[in-house]
Amino acid sequence: MDNIRALIVDDSSVMRKIVERSLRQAGLGIAQVLEAGNGAEALAAVQEHKVDLILCDINMPVMDGLEFVQQLAGVENAKGVPVVMITTEGSEGHVVQALSAGARGYIRKPFTSDQVKEHVLPVLADKQ
Amino acid sequence: MTSPGSRDCWIPTLQLAMQEVFELMLASPLELATEPPPEEGLDITSMVGLAGQLCGILSVRCSAKSAAQMASRMLGVDPEKAGPEMWDAVGEICNMVAGNFKNKINGLGDGCMLSVPTVITGADYNVHSMVNDNLQTAFLFQGEPVLVSLEIHN
Repeated sequence: MDNIRALIVDDSSVMRKIVERSLRQAGLGIAQVLEAGNGAEALAAVQEHKVDLILCDINMPVMDGLEFVQQLAGVENAKGVPVVMITTEGSEGHVVQALSAGARGYIRKPFTSDQVKEHVLPVLADKQ
Repeated sequence: MTSPGSRDCWIPTLQLAMQEVFELMLASPLELATEPPPEEGLDITSMVGLAGQLCGILSVRCSAKSAAQMASRMLGVDPEKAGPEMWDAVGEICNMVAGNFKNKINGLGDGCMLSVPTVITGADYNVHSMVNDNLQTAFLFQGEPVLVSLEIHN
C-alpha cells in the first residue's frame, strides 16, 4: 500500500509523535498523519477527512478509545477503516474488549517500531 | 508473571517494568542506583493512580534536566528544545511503567485500572494518603537520579 493517511489518537502529544515516527520507520507507505487528542476529536476528524488507518489509545479524557471505536462504526466516512489500539492497558480482558468493540489489532506500550510494523502491516494488507 | 500475593517480588517487577520502558521507548539503559540518591533537585513528579484490586499511586520523580533528556530521547530533539513536552514525556513514562507493572502481576491486568497521569513541578509539597506500603527504587538515567515509587493503599 502507498499514500496511506493515518490518524493517531492519543492525549499525549509526545506519544503521538512517537507513534508517527514508528509508522514512518516501519516503511508502511504513510503519506500523511492526522492527530487527535481524544475520541471525540477523532470522530470529528474522520467525519471531515478520509483516513486509511487509525491508531488509538484507550485511556483518554473526554472520550476513551473503546467508546470511540464503538461510535466509529456509525460513521459512514469511516466504514472499513481499520483501528489498531495502542495502549498501556495490555491485559487479556482489555484486548478482548477492544477487539469486540471493533478494533483490528492491539499494541501494548511500551513498544518498538518493529512491533508497530508487525501489527499494522497485516491490518493494511487485509484492507486492500 | 508475578503472583499478586507475594509482594516481596514486586520490587524486582517494578524495576523490570521501569527498565523495559526506558529501553524500548527511550533506547536508553537505566541503571539501578547503588545507594539512595539525595532528593534535592527532583522537582518533577509524575503520578498515575491505580484503582481496583490494587489501589495506590505510582510516581516517577526526577530533575527538570532529566525530564528534558527523557523527552529528548523520546522525540529525537535536543534537550534544550524539549520545552513543555518534558512534562508530557515524564507523564507518559509513568503511565507506561504503571501499565507494564500491573500487566506483570497475575490478576492485576484486568483487575486494576489506571488514571491518566498528573505531573507536578516543584518539590515543596506534601502528599497525604492512606498508605499501607511503599515500594521505592532509585535508578540513574544518564548519571542523574530517577525515583520510582508505588504507594499501596490496600
